[in-house]
Amino acid sequence: MSTASGNYYLPHVARWPIVGSIGLFTMLGGFSLKLIGVGAGAFFMALGALIIIGMMFGWFGEVIREGLQGLYNDQVERSFRWGMIWFIASEVMFFACFFGSLLYIRMYVIPWLGGEGTTGVGEFTNMLWPDFAPEWPTNGPARIGGEFEPMGAWGIPALNTLILLSSGVTVTWAHWGLLKNNRPQFVKGLIATIALGFTFVLFQAYEYYHAYTEMGLTLGAGIYGSTFFMLTGFHGMHVTIGAIFLTVVLLRALRGHFDAEHHFAFEAAAWYWHFVDVVWLGLFIFVYWL
Amino acid sequence: MATVADTHGVEHEHGPAKGIMRWITTTNHKDIGTLYLCFAMAMFLVGGLMALIIRAELYQPGLQLVDPHFFNQMTTLHALIMVFGAVMPAFAGFANWMLPPMIGAPDMALPRMNNWSFWVLPFAATMLVITLFLDGGAVASGWTLYPPLVLQMGDSLPFTIFTVHLLGLSSIMASINIIVTIFNLRAPGMTMMKMPMFVWTWLITAFLLILVMPVLAGGVTMLLTDKYFDTSFFDAAGGGDPVLFQHIFWFFGHPEVYIIVLPAFGIISHVIPVFSRKPLFGKNSMVFATAVIGILSMIVWAHHQYTVGMPVPAELYFMYATMLIAVPTGVKVFNWLATMWKGSLTFETPMLHAMGFLVLFVFGGFTGIMMSQAPADLYYHDNYFIVAHFHYTLVGGGVWGIFAGFFFWLPKWTGRMYDERLGKLHFWLSFLGFNLLFMPQHFLGLAGMPRRIPDYAVQFTEFNQMSTVGAFIFGFSQLLLIYIAYKAIKGEGEKATDEVWEGAKSHGLEWNLPSPMPYHHSFEGVNIGKAIEDE
Ligand code: HEM
Ligand SMILES: [Cu+2]
Repeated sequence: MSTASGNYYLPHVARWPIVGSIGLFTMLGGFSLKLIGVGAGAFFMALGALIIIGMMFGWFGEVIREGLQGLYNDQVERSFRWGMIWFIASEVMFFACFFGSLLYIRMYVIPWLGGEGTTGVGEFTNMLWPDFAPEWPTNGPARIGGEFEPMGAWGIPALNTLILLSSGVTVTWAHWGLLKNNRPQFVKGLIATIALGFTFVLFQAYEYYHAYTEMGLTLGAGIYGSTFFMLTGFHGMHVTIGAIFLTVVLLRALRGHFDAEHHFAFEAAAWYWHFVDVVWLGLFIFVYWL
Repeated sequence: MATVADTHGVEHEHGPAKGIMRWITTTNHKDIGTLYLCFAMAMFLVGGLMALIIRAELYQPGLQLVDPHFFNQMTTLHALIMVFGAVMPAFAGFANWMLPPMIGAPDMALPRMNNWSFWVLPFAATMLVITLFLDGGAVASGWTLYPPLVLQMGDSLPFTIFTVHLLGLSSIMASINIIVTIFNLRAPGMTMMKMPMFVWTWLITAFLLILVMPVLAGGVTMLLTDKYFDTSFFDAAGGGDPVLFQHIFWFFGHPEVYIIVLPAFGIISHVIPVFSRKPLFGKNSMVFATAVIGILSMIVWAHHQYTVGMPVPAELYFMYATMLIAVPTGVKVFNWLATMWKGSLTFETPMLHAMGFLVLFVFGGFTGIMMSQAPADLYYHDNYFIVAHFHYTLVGGGVWGIFAGFFFWLPKWTGRMYDERLGKLHFWLSFLGFNLLFMPQHFLGLAGMPRRIPDYAVQFTEFNQMSTVGAFIFGFSQLLLIYIAYKAIKGEGEKATDEVWEGAKSHGLEWNLPSPMPYHHSFEGVNIGKAIEDE
């Protein structure tokens, strides 16, 4: 089902994209229904998610089989690499949106709400809430969500920083192993990375539990809670995806896939992993620490 | 080579599969281009129908046809459908059809993902249109989706937000594919600086899309959590700020207008040289100007927010930065004019549309410069002047680029010349209809008629009636476009030669291919290296 033009492999049939679209439509439609209070929404959401998972198995499976058949030459692999790089670039911009919002709020909005600024902004907002003292963290002049305690940086978050940084090291060590065709080192490095990744997620879950049950810190805790959970939440989601991605790579490695020359999937997972690592550093500095 | 081709059945080598599954599972860039173009045309009609509902209501002062809430749903959906459903997919269709032949590539680099970037769109459009039938109707906040208004809508909000997510997904996948194709699949000898302008403008457009679509996705996600998950991003009481959404929206929104118009620039840069029988004047400066426009477009967004209460230094910065864009844009316009200078001009339909583009886009550009002045914009803001301005740029720039490209390449795609008489008729009806539609709106705006309002003071009646008549002329003349396309696809009309337009062979690789281009292997039997040399 294919032709080679030159040597560039071109598949002729794509069965899975339409399945992916149906899955997305079902899942997002179901989510919307759930939000507007229609009972069947949750069912459709789950159904859609299942369809998407099935699509991923099907689609990636097809690509892996083609890769193992040796259909992909260097140029095809280069396409995959470029594709992954620009996909990560779009993810960077997604996080930039939330980081930018956080900085805008801390640098401008909060001072203006407190009446600061001499250029025609602060004087007016101050009329609504004359007593509001600009400070961070805050849940706003109306104290939305009530009393809360902000999350400190030097407990679990610092530990999590260490965990993610070391996982960056272990994944590189795995890469070295692969380049030397040293499979035990490759596999051990992957296992260590995945273990560190899931440990991170567990710690994060514990932190959330603590925040919700004991600190009064929730998504509803004004702007502090909103930015805190939005940023760390999306990051945690990405760590989870990255760890699953690495797990798939590990399972494939155990089956003998990948060698020193051909290991695009591993590289993509490693790049993705470094990306969530760097995002975390931003989070640690701007959300937890400063 | 060709070890792979040899082992597979011959039946897949020539010609497409049969039936509907051909279109659903295709990985062929020409098929996918066709899908994009058909989808765009359909959405153009739907969005146009909504525009006609608006214009029909505005034919007279007072409320006649629709109630105000429905009127606002129409303006919102009209804009979302035109921008995301009609214009962007049309350019993606052109990119699919023309980028591979222009750079000597066998197909797009990631053919399966190419299929998906298209097949997300019909689902997204469905999700958007469904909202019309929900409790409270579709979102009626205007396409800018500003909070707090947008958070006070009925059940349509989550559907609309997920539509935006789906559209973003589609655009990002299409952009990744385009960038990868350009970086990785150029024929030997096709250096970056040799790349045709349409390829260059799409490359910059794709970068812009990757940079801004995720930001919009983040912004609308915050709308969703503000409404359903108790967050306070856009609520001052909780320490947030509704203006934050405006910054996010326009950080996406301003580059978006260049996303719409840059590919049109590219098309015009192909049409004018061919019909002037001269090479493009100042090609390198065109590339440079495109890149500069791309960069500047990312740092001027708050010129949409002059009236919202920004600090004065910010107003000044955004004002000067905005005016700067006139410089690279001017470079492009003068280069087009210089290309025509002393050329042997002829005015077939594509060239007519290119001239229409120049006139309308430059006009819209001038009103843009007027509004870039922060103090003056206080008076232009949110009235019909801006409506006229952005239609001159979006329709006069974007849609006219699409018209030009459509007539320019249709013979290459179908192998048939379209009916030149009908083509010219379509041009003149559209051009006159368009100006009758939007020119009077400048005066309405200057006289104080606000936008997004279904009623108006009686003194505005005459200009509004002219505008509505123009809208119906413009709208219905598009049926002619469909008829012209239909005839060419059916195989009626004179056979097109390989170069289609006199002397076009020296203007690009694509004109060295047979018309129509073969389904696979556009380049079979063509000496790419020589063709690149000859340019
Ligand atoms: C068939 C030709 C078209 C007609 C007759 C038309 C007409 C209109 C009308 C009457 C409005 C509402 C103005 C108001 O009350 O504020 C409008 C808004 C708008 N149109 Fe069009 N339009 C056309 C094509 C397009 C195209 C091709 C695009 C985009 C590429 C576009 C983008 C917009 C946008 C962004 C708005 C603003 C909506 C808002 O206020 O939120 N239009 N148009
Ligand atoms: Cu703008």
